[in-house]
Amino acid sequence: MERKPSSRLVPLPSNAFVPERDVDKSPILEARHLGIDFGGLTAVDDFSLIIGRTEIAGLIGPNGAGKTTIFNLLTNVYRPTRGTIMLDGYNTYGKSTAQVNRMGIARTFQNIRLFSNMSVIDNVKVGLHNEMKENIFDAMTHCFGFRRAERMANERALELLDFFKMADLAGTPAGSLPYGAQRRLEIVRALATNPSILLLDEPAAGMNPSETSELMENIALIRDTFQIAILLIEHDMNLVMGICEGICVLNYGKVIAKGSPDEIKSNPQVIEAYLGRKDGK
Amino acid sequence: MTEFFQTLVSGLSLGSIYALIALGYTMVYGIAKMLNFAHGDIIMVGAYAVITTVMISEAIPGIVAVVISVIVCVVLGVTIEFFAYRPLRKAPSLTVLITAIGVSYLLQNLALLIFGSEQKSFKLDFFDMIKPIYIGKVYINGITFLTLVVTVIIMIALTLFINKTRLGKAMRAVSEDKEAAELMGINVNRTITLTFAIGSALAAVASIFYGGAYTYIRPTTGSMPGIKAFTAAVFGGIGSIPGAMLGGILLGVIEKFAENAISQWSNAIVFVVLVIVLVVKPTGLLGKKINEKV
Repeated sequence: MERKPSSRLVPLPSNAFVPERDVDKSPILEARHLGIDFGGLTAVDDFSLIIGRTEIAGLIGPNGAGKTTIFNLLTNVYRPTRGTIMLDGYNTYGKSTAQVNRMGIARTFQNIRLFSNMSVIDNVKVGLHNEMKENIFDAMTHCFGFRRAERMANERALELLDFFKMADLAGTPAGSLPYGAQRRLEIVRALATNPSILLLDEPAAGMNPSETSELMENIALIRDTFQIAILLIEHDMNLVMGICEGICVLNYGKVIAKGSPDEIKSNPQVIEAYLGRKDGK
Repeated sequence: MTEFFQTLVSGLSLGSIYALIALGYTMVYGIAKMLNFAHGDIIMVGAYAVITTVMISEAIPGIVAVVISVIVCVVLGVTIEFFAYRPLRKAPSLTVLITAIGVSYLLQNLALLIFGSEQKSFKLDFFDMIKPIYIGKVYINGITFLTLVVTVIIMIALTLFINKTRLGKAMRAVSEDKEAAELMGINVNRTITLTFAIGSALAAVASIFYGGAYTYIRPTTGSMPGIKAFTAAVFGGIGSIPGAMLGGILLGVIEKFAENAISQWSNAIVFVVLVIVLVVKPTGLLGKKINEKV
């Protein structure tokens, strides 16, 4: 597959890196010295990361390194023990998960969590919840404003589905879709909330090579079309190295390396975390 | 044959009342995953709200009393949710259940304190305004007719609301996966409040029909229809809205036919049917199979 070469990473004054084209814009997401303890166990410690406006970034690391925990911290599902999260320049401290979503973060899940008894289009419309304005009296009396809001939501949902070639599946219950389509629908649903950064938790899990390469194209297409940032957790190194501009490697809850794919590939600490040391210690 | 249809009509009417109450149980269960045993007592409060309003002035039309009753019940339901259940959102379900039973006794005893233990007659002006009708030889009095018509309208409206509107979709999303819904920007607490409000409003409407059918109310009036409606919700498949409608109506019809056959045994027969249904289909008539979460 032919792909554009990743853009060069450029250092910021804060000693972080973002793609060249995002340097002049404020970063969309900035985590500063984030940490969380569960009882006596420190799951994540001193995690700092800056993500550019339209960057595709990767978060990798061995199982149990704390990657999903970081997603849960970024979306305020967990409250951090230490550190701050700045989303689009605003501190998300004390905000509810729903509020953080409205501030611009959307995510998908490692194990698919669609509303499986609802139809495909209704799943997307749940994502559109805060985009649709309608009040309860309109809804109950079925009057004009309500119908217009409904029609607009329908159009928008179909547009999004069409973008991922799923419009013909609109009426199908989400739970009966094939696996790959469920993964895609999760992304559509997240996009429906109109995020400025999309978090994808192992989007290629369980996919075959051809589905994975289609996913890679889709991820690039989402970034180019919607001009948003994407942070993804993934174990498929072909995907991560092929599409991510900046990569952050996590081991035992700590960042062990940050940089471009080439830098990460040749980093001895990363190789050690994944393969163990050569001398067997 | 006339007797059959006569029983069917009264069964449908009683079943409609059960269905209206069962909807409150099933919606709250579906969304907050809790059994709100105080729901039955909301009916009692609704009925007292009506007679208190009418008592204040004879001039107040019945329909105004109904509106006041609905408002009182909605405020009460939302208040109970806010003070008693919301702090326990992450508590074990048993804790919430005990709290709900506590709230139920609290409401009954408050009513006992305020209105006394003697039964009060329940009457509204518009009960007599609707003339009884005859279909063939089957007699349908005003309140029965009103019960059936209003219940059908409410069921259609509720089904449309749940399936077609943005808030209805939010409710379904919360009932399927609270956390995922929250991550899609849905305010889960507000959605639960809305559910309690709708459930309580339906209980208020049910209280009018129940009071109309039995003509007397007392502080414990809510318990029996409450338990029957809960049974109906389980019968139809708790968490399922069409299930609560079907369960409620079937339960009312079965009860009336059983009463007609062997009056002493009507409740026993109702519960035997429930046991049989649950043995054959443990999730209830329209209950969804619970998917194992990974």
